[in-house]
Amino acid sequence: MNINLTLVGETIMFAMFVWFCMKFIWPPLVEAMAARKKSIEDGLQAAERGKEEHAQAKQNSEELLANTKNQAADIIANADKQANVMIDNAKGAASEEADKIKVHAKAELDQEIVKARNELKGQVSTLVMRGVNSVLEKEVDAKTHKDMLSKLSKSL
Amino acid sequence: MASGELTSSAYIKHHLQNLTYGKFPDGHWGFAENAIEAKEMGFMAFHVDTLGFSFVLGVLFLFLFAKAAKRASIDAPSGFQNFVESIIDFIDDNVRGSFKGQNPMVAPLALTTFIWIFLMNTMDLVPVDWLPVLAQKIGELFGADPHHVYLKVVPTTDPNMTFGMSIGIFLLILFYSVKEKGLGGFVGELTLHPFGKWMLPANLFLEGVNLLAKPVSLALRLFGNMYAGEMIFILCALLPFWIQWSLSLPWAIFHILIVTLQAFIFMTLVIVYMDMAHQKEH
Repeated sequence: MNINLTLVGETIMFAMFVWFCMKFIWPPLVEAMAARKKSIEDGLQAAERGKEEHAQAKQNSEELLANTKNQAADIIANADKQANVMIDNAKGAASEEADKIKVHAKAELDQEIVKARNELKGQVSTLVMRGVNSVLEKEVDAKTHKDMLSKLSKSL
Repeated sequence: MASGELTSSAYIKHHLQNLTYGKFPDGHWGFAENAIEAKEMGFMAFHVDTLGFSFVLGVLFLFLFAKAAKRASIDAPSGFQNFVESIIDFIDDNVRGSFKGQNPMVAPLALTTFIWIFLMNTMDLVPVDWLPVLAQKIGELFGADPHHVYLKVVPTTDPNMTFGMSIGIFLLILFYSVKEKGLGGFVGELTLHPFGKWMLPANLFLEGVNLLAKPVSLALRLFGNMYAGEMIFILCALLPFWIQWSLSLPWAIFHILIVTLQAFIFMTLVIVYMDMAHQKEH
C-alpha cells in the first residue's frame, strides 16, 4: 500500500485509454447509432406517406371508375336514343316512299285507263260509223254527217 | 486456502502485498521479497500486478469496443454489437443528463472510466487464491521462492490505481476550469465565494478544500469499497474449504452490486465534476 511510480503509470495509462476511446471508439459508434435512428425515422415516415398515397390513389381510382361507369351509361343511353331516332326516321322515309310509289302507280293506272278509254271510244266510233255506214249506205253522206258522228263519239 | 505452516495473519498479509519492482536503497533494481523491502523502495517502485492487470483489462475493453466500433453500421446490430450499443446509449444518456457544456471528450471519458473500473472491480469475483497461487507456481518455475511471489489481483484495491485515475480527473478539472472560465475567472471562483472579497482567505480555504476533496473522495471511495470487499473475500477464504461458500457466495452476489455501483458512481461524479468545471456563471 505504498504510493509510488505506479500512480504516475496509471495516470498515463488512463490518459492513453481515454484518448484511444475518444479517437476510435466513441465517434463511429455514436455516428452509426444516430444514422440508424435517422434511417428508421425516415423509413417510418416514408411508410406513413406511402400509406396516405395508397389511400389517395385508391380513392382516385374509385372516383375514376365511377365516372367512367357514368360515362359509359350515358353513351349507351345516347346510342339507344340515336338508334331509335334513326329507326323512326327510316320508318318515316320508307312509308313516304311507299306512298309516293303508290300515288305514282295510281296516276299511271289512271292514265292507262284514260288512254284505253279513248282508244276504245275511237274504236267504238269507227265501229259505229261502219255499222251506220252499212245500215244507212245511201242516205247518209259520210261527209255531211261526219261532224255529228265525231260529236257523238266524243260524248261517249 | 492457507497452507499448513501459514498463519492467518501471514496469509492475509501475503494477499495484501503487491508484486513490487523497484529501486533498492543500495541502488539496484529488482523485485521486493517482502513488505519491508517494498516499503524501503519508497517512491521509485512499480506495482507490477496493478499495472499489468489494469493494462490488460483496459486493452481488453478497448479491443472489444474498437471491434464493435469498426463493425458499427446503419444495419440492425446483433449479439455483442447490441450490448456495446446499449452501454453507449446508457453513458450517452447520463452525460446528456448531467453535463450541460460542449465537450466531445466527456462522453468517451465517462465510457472509459465506467468500463475500465467495472472490469477491474470484477476481478474481485475471481476466487481469491486462484491467480496468486498460479503466480506462485509460475514464480517457482523461474526459480523464485513462492512465499516471496506476491500478486494482488484487483487493481482498484491499490490506492495507486484509484489516485492515478482521480489525479488524471483532477488535472482535467483544472485544465477545463481555466480554459472555460479563464485564469481570472477560475481564481475568482476560488477566492470570491461564498463570502465576498473581504473574507478572501476563508473563501480560498473553503473552495480549496472543496476542490481538493474531489480527487481525494473519488479515489478513496473506490479504493475503500473495493479494499473492504476484497478483505472480506480473504477472510472467507480462511474458513475450512467445505463451508467457505456459505459466506463467500452471498458476499459475491452482493459484491456484483458493489462492483457495478462503484464504477457507476465514479463515472457519474466524473461527469458532474466536468460539468462544474465547464460552468461559467458563478
